[in-house]
Amino acid sequence: MNLNPAIPRDLLLSLLPELVLTGWALVLLLFVAWRHRTVWDLRIAGWLTLLALVSTAVAIWWLWWNRAGVRGVVSMIAADDFRWVADWVFVGAAALTVLISFTYLERERLLAPEYHVLLLLGTLGMMLMAAGADLIVIFLALELMSVAVYVLAGFDRRRARSAEAALKYFLLGAFASGFLLYGIALVYGATGTTNLVLIGARLSIAMRASAMLLAGLALLIVGFGFKIAAVPFHMWAPDVYDGAPTPVTAFMATGVKAAAFAALFRVMYQAFAAVPAWHDIMWWLAVITMIGGNLFALGQRSLKRMLAYSSVAHAGYLLVAVTAGGVAGTSAFLVYIVAYTLMSLGAFAVLIAKGRAGESDVTIDDLSGLAARRPWLAFALAVCMLSLLGFPGTAGFIGKWYILIAATSAGQNTLAAILVLTSVVSAGYYLPVIMAMYMKPEPIEAAHVDVCLDRWGRAAVAAVVVGLLLFGVWPNRLFDLARAAGDSVHAGGTTTAAP
Amino acid sequence: MTGTTVDLIWLAPALPLLGFVLNGTLALARPTAKTLVSIIGAGVLLAAFGVAIAVFSAFTGLHAEAPVVFRYWSWIPVGTLQVDFALQVDQLSLVMLLVVTGVGSLIHLFSIGYMKDDPGYARYFAYLNLFVFFMLVLVLGASFPVMFVGWEGVGLCSYLLIGFWFSEEANANAGRKAFIMNRIGDFGFMVAMFMIFWSTGSLDFDTVFAHAPTALTAGGTAITAITLFLFLGCTGKSAQIPLYTWLPDAMAGPTPVSALIHAATMVTAGVYLVARCNLLFALAPVSSAVVAGVGALTALFAATIALKQWDIKKVLAYSTISQLGYMFLAVGTGAMTAGMFHLVTHAFFKALLFLGSGSVIFALHRAYHHTHSHEDAQDMRNMGGLARYMPWTAALMWIATLAIAGIPPFSGFLSKDEILTAAFARGSVEPIWLVFWGLSLVAALLTAFYMTRLMIYTFHGPNRTGEQEQTHLHEAPWILTGPLVVLGVLSAAGGLLNVPELYHGGEWLHHWLEPVTHPGAALRPEPPLVSGTEWMLVGVAVAVAVIGIVGAWQLLKPERLVPARTASAERGFARILRNKWYVDEIYDALIVRPLVWLSREVLWKQIDQRVIDGAAVNGAARGTRALGWANRWLQTGQVGTYVAVFVVGVLLVLWRAMS
Repeated sequence: MNLNPAIPRDLLLSLLPELVLTGWALVLLLFVAWRHRTVWDLRIAGWLTLLALVSTAVAIWWLWWNRAGVRGVVSMIAADDFRWVADWVFVGAAALTVLISFTYLERERLLAPEYHVLLLLGTLGMMLMAAGADLIVIFLALELMSVAVYVLAGFDRRRARSAEAALKYFLLGAFASGFLLYGIALVYGATGTTNLVLIGARLSIAMRASAMLLAGLALLIVGFGFKIAAVPFHMWAPDVYDGAPTPVTAFMATGVKAAAFAALFRVMYQAFAAVPAWHDIMWWLAVITMIGGNLFALGQRSLKRMLAYSSVAHAGYLLVAVTAGGVAGTSAFLVYIVAYTLMSLGAFAVLIAKGRAGESDVTIDDLSGLAARRPWLAFALAVCMLSLLGFPGTAGFIGKWYILIAATSAGQNTLAAILVLTSVVSAGYYLPVIMAMYMKPEPIEAAHVDVCLDRWGRAAVAAVVVGLLLFGVWPNRLFDLARAAGDSVHAGGTTTAAP
Repeated sequence: MTGTTVDLIWLAPALPLLGFVLNGTLALARPTAKTLVSIIGAGVLLAAFGVAIAVFSAFTGLHAEAPVVFRYWSWIPVGTLQVDFALQVDQLSLVMLLVVTGVGSLIHLFSIGYMKDDPGYARYFAYLNLFVFFMLVLVLGASFPVMFVGWEGVGLCSYLLIGFWFSEEANANAGRKAFIMNRIGDFGFMVAMFMIFWSTGSLDFDTVFAHAPTALTAGGTAITAITLFLFLGCTGKSAQIPLYTWLPDAMAGPTPVSALIHAATMVTAGVYLVARCNLLFALAPVSSAVVAGVGALTALFAATIALKQWDIKKVLAYSTISQLGYMFLAVGTGAMTAGMFHLVTHAFFKALLFLGSGSVIFALHRAYHHTHSHEDAQDMRNMGGLARYMPWTAALMWIATLAIAGIPPFSGFLSKDEILTAAFARGSVEPIWLVFWGLSLVAALLTAFYMTRLMIYTFHGPNRTGEQEQTHLHEAPWILTGPLVVLGVLSAAGGLLNVPELYHGGEWLHHWLEPVTHPGAALRPEPPLVSGTEWMLVGVAVAVAVIGIVGAWQLLKPERLVPARTASAERGFARILRNKWYVDEIYDALIVRPLVWLSREVLWKQIDQRVIDGAAVNGAARGTRALGWANRWLQTGQVGTYVAVFVVGVLLVLWRAMS
């Protein structure tokens, strides 16, 4: 199905998932304006949110199935396999976040169903980021996502740390957005357009890149680097991840990061493929992010803070995929982001089961003896940790493996070596979690009695574990999808995995 | 896909896997639901056996000359290496499939009675089902890597089940020993796989065997190395010299486990591997001679040790090693059918012997339990005269004993005789095989002797269990004896599978396996024998067996034995045999202790403590601490600091972009 955005009907069709989600968000907003007092209001809002996400996923699936694509026309909206796969990741991350939020919101007495509205709006922003084929669209989408997430970070407003996290995130986020916008302005000044395809076309005939363009490009990278928490733009991440309510942290660590990477891929490969300068920047960012993220994580005792730094380290691995580039790099990114979303969300879900009042005080030693008392939860966390570590048999291994292949076949052997070495270092903070759970006795009798998840949370954790193990031994279908999606970014949407 | 019942082959491994998942869940969630565990545990095996029969009958209808390969999904696609998860149905894998599921079903039924009071009942059945799953992956896998998954998996299950009663340290140590010996063997298997891939460019059985005759020179270094490394894997898994020492210790596991894993199925995997790769071994005459030689030597060596063991299960363990030696002699000789035939009949009579000994141990254990005595329920000096108390077990074990000793017309006679005949015939071309034949003939004599010894000491003569205990000795319940009866019938009549032409038989197994064994046999045909010589060889073999049995009956005096606690130590040569030729001690002195010394004095104290801990780890820790300190210094929580770092980052990025 070839869509021509100049025709209103086609334009609406190409934005179908976003429109469905917007509709649901408005319905939900009306609902919570009317009912926002009791626990049941919160639960109904949660179920409606799940329904919204499922119907959005169906809309995405319908477009994917019909091979919808904007081909051969200059448009502000891209429609290709890359967008559909990325959208599924966002919707999946949001759905898992909703599932682990039920128990959390009720336990922490956060009886405000607006939480779910914000979650939907944040997801909408992410989807538009992956859909944007124009720098302005991407910027607007990024702001839509960010504003929703700023509020979510401060959602537990009675707790000082949550409020502090929101304020920090907002201040620094606004600062970074300024750089992004300035970068867009400079790129516009240098090329006379904000459309990615047109920028790409102009740059491919230009003899050499002007200083204005390079400055604009650098500032764009800074703006995205902030959202993906690459070192040295990561300083906010530990504090904000630590202070935000844990389901929101999980959402930020997975969805927000995935969206920023998706937009980064599209911008770099559709607009700036002809400018080699950014490869060098990405290379350095990848190196210092991998080294910094892993080494800083080693020193953490708090589980939540450790996961925050671990998410910085994983941004480094994903940057290797960006640097490697090509179809291989793009598909490796998609495979990895799926695995990463699952394993991070799983780890945060178990943290929710263990912790209380924001979880920032749960240390790794507090998990001692969990395997004896709660064998299934301990198993789930062990699988997530092994997958984060990149242990064979888990999706994390497959993801890292494909990134390594993409890097070595692109000639980036140094990056591949650093990735492997820093992964070895990461064993130093992932394995102690497993050791504590399985090899140490409970610190006090009945230390883990109140560790539990409701059935929704359990369903989410079970889905995560099954997904990690399944993709760990049978990644083929996922890889087919990712490869078709990778092709679609580079070849202008000529191939598709849909049957 | 063939469009017939053969397509259901995936069910055969899937059913035990399902059993493992269900029983594993029960073991974690409700370990007391024993009835449910029994129904699932034995039920999946019986169902798998049903699938095996259905596939077998459908496959006979196909008259397939080539293996039917089912490719399910692409498993390891890396560059030129393409490994699919694929199962292969052919004549050879079907024989193994029937043996594993059939004998496995009987042993699962036996286990229901044998393990019923064990607190780890559900865990036991979960492991047992998992074992069958991996064993079926091993025999059905269509490539070396898939087979290796099964190979490693059965090793894992064996390790778990040997150490099943892990609270006793000796059992845990036995498990560890099995683990290490098998790792040495697996190293060989893996090196062989790399070399096969390197020389033929594939790891699928069909491609490898199709390319091997052109890609590898017959008798060359490459093929000899490949087959020798494969055989090193076999010596680990199938307990041959020099890696056999783990199997006697593995008797620490529950007796049905010894019957299933350490007698009937897993330990025969090496024989199956050589039979599967018969073409490769036919290309490497030197390796074939090594296989046959090691087999014959092991057969004799293990038989001598079995002469002086008192633990009933240890006798059977050494007997298993010895019989596996016969199988390797057969496949090394190129008589693949004879080897597989002995594998099948051995599965019947050795499973019967182990389960029978389990029934005896069960009875003695119960008797001692009643009187709160702590005597050894496995020591034959504490038995004697048990035929009076357990006539069924005694009669059935006699059938198995006659079979293993090689008395016609029991199954073991036909299969063992075929191996001896094949070795003798090969001797007319390559004289070294006459030596192997001689070794295995002496082993046959000893086999008849030590098995009769086991029977006399266990079931005949006066009873030495104890005055009070005798009243509590009686036959085991039907759930234990039922499987024994079925195995008894099979041990007696199993020879019908392959009655030689000498007795105007149809040699069914020989013709059945022909499509698989033909490539090897074409390269290395079996030399013919005139029927007069064959009759002479049969006469010699029967005479040897009769001499062994009668000799034992005449020489051994069970009435002179005293119970284990009052017995004195042996002297002279008997003592050397009793102590298993001191092989464990020799390995300990030559390999284990130097390794321990090396790892303690050099690797640990010097390299680990000084170099790695001192320089690398502590150095890295110091470096990390310094970085962490820098990080803490920057990670102040103050937005101002963060903005400052951010701006530094921006400047750096701008600088990289502009330069």
